[in-house]
Order: sequence, then structure tokens, then C-alpha cells
Amino acid sequence: MAETHSLQDLQQPAVSSKVFVQRDYSSGTICKFQTKFPSELESRMDKQQFEETMQSLNNLYAEAEKLGGKSYLEGCLACLTAYTIFLCMETHYEKVLKKIAKYIKDQNEKIYAPRGLLLTDPIERGLRVVEITIFEDRSIGSGR
Amino acid sequence: MKSREYQQIDPKALPTPTQSPPSHQHQAVGDDGRTPRRKWEVFPGKNRFFCDGRIMMARQSGVFPLTLGLILVTSGLFFIFDCPFLVKHLTSCIPAIGGVLFVFVLITLLQTSFTDPGILPRATPEEAADIERQIDDTGNASYRPPPRTKEVLINQQVIKLKYCFTCKMFRPPRTSHCSLCDNCVERFDHHCPWVGNCVGKRNYRFFYTFIVSLSFLTAFIFGCVTTHLALRAKGGKGLMFALQESPGSAVELAICFFSVWSILGLSGFHTYLVASNLTTNEDIKGSWSGKSGEAVTNPYSHKNIFINCCSVLCVPMPPSLIDRRGFLPADEPAQTSGVDLELPNPSTKSDINVCVQGPKGLLESAALTPLLATSCPQGKPQTALPCPENTSALNSDPSLELSQRCGGTHHNSKTYGSTSPPLPTKGRLQKHKRASSHTPRSTFDDHVSPSSHDGNHRSTDRGHRGAKFATLQ
Repeated sequence: MAETHSLQDLQQPAVSSKVFVQRDYSSGTICKFQTKFPSELESRMDKQQFEETMQSLNNLYAEAEKLGGKSYLEGCLACLTAYTIFLCMETHYEKVLKKIAKYIKDQNEKIYAPRGLLLTDPIERGLRVVEITIFEDRSIGSGR
Repeated sequence: MKSREYQQIDPKALPTPTQSPPSHQHQAVGDDGRTPRRKWEVFPGKNRFFCDGRIMMARQSGVFPLTLGLILVTSGLFFIFDCPFLVKHLTSCIPAIGGVLFVFVLITLLQTSFTDPGILPRATPEEAADIERQIDDTGNASYRPPPRTKEVLINQQVIKLKYCFTCKMFRPPRTSHCSLCDNCVERFDHHCPWVGNCVGKRNYRFFYTFIVSLSFLTAFIFGCVTTHLALRAKGGKGLMFALQESPGSAVELAICFFSVWSILGLSGFHTYLVASNLTTNEDIKGSWSGKSGEAVTNPYSHKNIFINCCSVLCVPMPPSLIDRRGFLPADEPAQTSGVDLELPNPSTKSDINVCVQGPKGLLESAALTPLLATSCPQGKPQTALPCPENTSALNSDPSLELSQRCGGTHHNSKTYGSTSPPLPTKGRLQKHKRASSHTPRSTFDDHVSPSSHDGNHRSTDRGHRGAKFATLQ
């Protein structure tokens, strides 16, 4: 038996709860999130899938903060110009942040949205948490 | 996993946090009913914003105008009075070098003052509720609320993360809440009244470059003025004659003489901090000096001076986490967090109730937030030991010195005892003479830190007081 929903309900699913994945400080102050699978998501998705997403995010943030030859050069050049180049060019970190935003959008479209979940980009939350919004189950015609 | 049919949610139809919610929701309007409001207008911390959110400073500008004024006046006098003479008698490189140094100093000073030091935005209500719930779950059933600390293991060291009652989150390591700015700042170094801003993760490199180039500039001007006066006084004419001929040089000499020692000392001190990957805050509190008897070392140090320097000065510039220029959505009242975009949530009302109306949380925040927010009580300032820098709860004595010299003009009503006495000050006033007798802190030995580890600061024989380090934690 099909349930009837208002058009608004169909287009804007109600949020049932939010899960917050906190930061993992075991490696110091670098940006890294815990990969432990939250229990609230057990009914919605694969543990492995989730861990893969978190691991990729952590790798991307590590890349953003990496101390390498390129960042030394950038730092030295910036110092010589009294850091005015920061006003003109996009920093390495910002470039990687764009990559991260794209990755999250991708993951949302492919994996999370079909399961009624939504990942929020951590930069929107000050890099404190990864917020996962769980939407209400709106299965039509489930007859259960 | 249960096999259920989930309705495919079209991500594009979802009101994602990155875009404004669709259809009936408009951007928040300003007073005139037309312009959308930006997030900096509802920022909860004590900061001032200029140029529509592009520039920010602490609310109390401290002695920043004085710093700027002194640099401009001294350099101006140098170019007007000394350079013509020196160009004629020595070389024209002098104004060129002076000019480059002056521009460097000015740019780095403005960058230090106007950049976001690494402020952490406050937790959203849902996050705060989630954390409260976790704390309550792990706490015991006794009447006393559980301590709000969390322990993490970093590099085999146990680090305690403290819960910030104002920002409603567990502070990351090395983060401290500045009570003057009412913000948690990452890798908090100190609140510098001379630049009118906190010094933290994002602007430490600007600050360091500023003080190093300022020491070069001051030493350079001092050297040039001395040479100028020596050349003028040659031939038995005497110093008084030279000073009469070039009165500006007298002013420069005075300013530079008193400031060069303190600025050089400060640069040396910060070079030591950079090389050991320490912050002023940690150094003052003696977090890693092993005074409590345990073998503690700095877990953030890479054990290599070069790598430490690079990790402080050359690491990619982190982004500003407070979205100052983003727009507020229309249904967003000016919350305490001010930077989040939340969906209206009837089902999470219970969570919000826990966050806002939970008796424990309310009582605690009522009891403790005033302690944090008002920082130190007004203690009698230390006159004998002026200090160059602040940690979050303390104001440096330059304000006191100013008031003593100018007769009671306090730029800040909260004056506190000084922090570390061995540090020579940045003060350019006569009281500085006393400080110059102190050993500069550029040594790499384990110095005697006057502060204690725990929150109750005990005055040492150097007479520290009023330092409520609890507010730093």
C-alpha cells in the first residue's frame, strides 16, 4: 500500500539525527579524523566504505599540511616578499581544500545520498568534526 | 544491514550547507532590508572587523597605534635628518637599505595585526549537545559533574585536552582561549598589545618576521645615527653641537637606544621558541620542562632545529576557519556560533534542550564562563618587572608604564602582574633600563620558569601575581 506524502516531504526529507566524527589527535596537531565507524550508521552503510572515505579525507588533509620541498620554497619566497604573495596567489592548502570539497561532493552523490546520509565538509565546521546528517527513512511503498 | 528501500535523495535538491537553502529562504537582510548580512557581523568573539570583514583585529587595539607611530616617526626622522648627511659623506646605499627594512617592518606589522590568528569557530548547538551527551555518558552518577578533560596520547606523551565552556568544545592540543578576544586560538602564543591582536598559528610567521626585521631596522638606525653624530662631532666640535645641528637624531637615538635591547632580546627569545617548536604560552607555563618530576619532552618537536624552524615558518599557510565574508541564511538568528548553517530541526529539539536547558550544563557554564570571560581580576600591576608579551589572561606592563608616564591613561582597565621577568621588554620607555639588566632569554638552557603547572599560580620571589593561568587552560 503506497503511503501518500506531501510534495514538500518528498523534496525535503526531515533530518532525523546528526553524527559527529571527532578529530584524532594521536599524531599531533595535524588535521586527522577518527576512522571508527559510528554505531548510528550501522543500519545505513558499510563499515568499510565509511572507513575508506575517512581515510581518503585524512590523506588529503595530510597532503595539504605536508612539509615538503615545495612548501619550503613557498615559505622562503613568501618570507622574502614579506608574505605579500599570499595576497596574490592561492596557497597550497587552499588548493587541496578545493580538492577535498570536490571529493566530498562526489562521495555524497555516489555513496551517501542514496543511503539517506549527507557528509558536511569539515571546513564548514572549523575542521572540528565531520558532520554526518541522517535523514529520515522515506521509503515509499515499503508496506511495512 | 537491513534491506530497505531508501528513497533516492537527489543531492541537488538537498539544502546543502554550502549553498543557500532553496526556494523560500532568502539571505539574512541587514538593517535597510536589502543587503544580506555577512557572518562577521554576528561573530561572537571580541574582535573588530574592517573592510567588510577582510581585516580583523582584537577589540582592544592596545598600543598598536603607538607601535605604528613610533616606527613611522623614527623612520621618518631618519630619512629626513640622517640620510642626506650620510648619503653625502658615506654611501647612498643607506637610505636604500633603510627603506627596504622599513617597508618590510610595516608590511609584516600590518599583517600580524590584521590577520586572523587561527581562531576556532565555536561549536554548533548540535555538536555541543553531542559532546555534552558523551561527557554525561562517561561520567559517574554522583552529584559532582565529571571533570571536563580528555586525554590523548601524542608521541608517547599523555596530553590533557580541556573543555572550553565558552566555545563548547574540547580544545585541540596547543589551543588556548584568549580571554581578551574571547576566542579559542590554535597554537596560541600570546596576546600582543603592541600589535593589537593575538599571535597564533596563522600569524606567528608574520610576527616573527616583524620582530626580526624590526631588530635589524632599529639596530641599523641606531648605528647610522651614531655614525652621523660622530661624523658631525668630529674635529673637536663636540656632541652637543652635533645634536643641535640635527635635533631629530637626538629623538631617534633615545628611541632606538631604549628599544634595541628589548627587541633584540625578544627576537632571540622567539628564535629559541621557533627552533624548539614551543609557544610562549607553553614556555611560560613550563609544560615541557619536566618540573613536575616526570620525564616530559615536547611532543611536537621534531628534534631537529632546521625541521622545527621549517614546520613553524614554512608550513603551508592554513586557511582561516572563521568564514568572515560568507553570508548568513535568512532563517539564521544571530546565534552564539554564528557561522553554521543549520536546517530547522524539530526532531533534534530534545538535543537542543539538553544543550541549553540541561541543569548541569547550565550551572557549570554559569559558574565557569564568567571566570574565563573576565579573566584575571584587577591586580596591582608589577612595576618592577615589565614584560613584553601577554599570555591570554595577562596584559603586559607597557600599559602600566604608559600610564605612569602619561599620568593615568589606562588603555585597558585590566592590568595584571607581569609574566616572565627574565624577558627584556619591548617598552621604549625609561623603565626599560631596569629590564635591560636582565639576561636576555636567548639561551637554550632550561630557564627557571616562574610559573607553575597547575592552575594556581604561586608568586615566586620575582613577585608574580594575579596570573590566573587557569584561564589559559
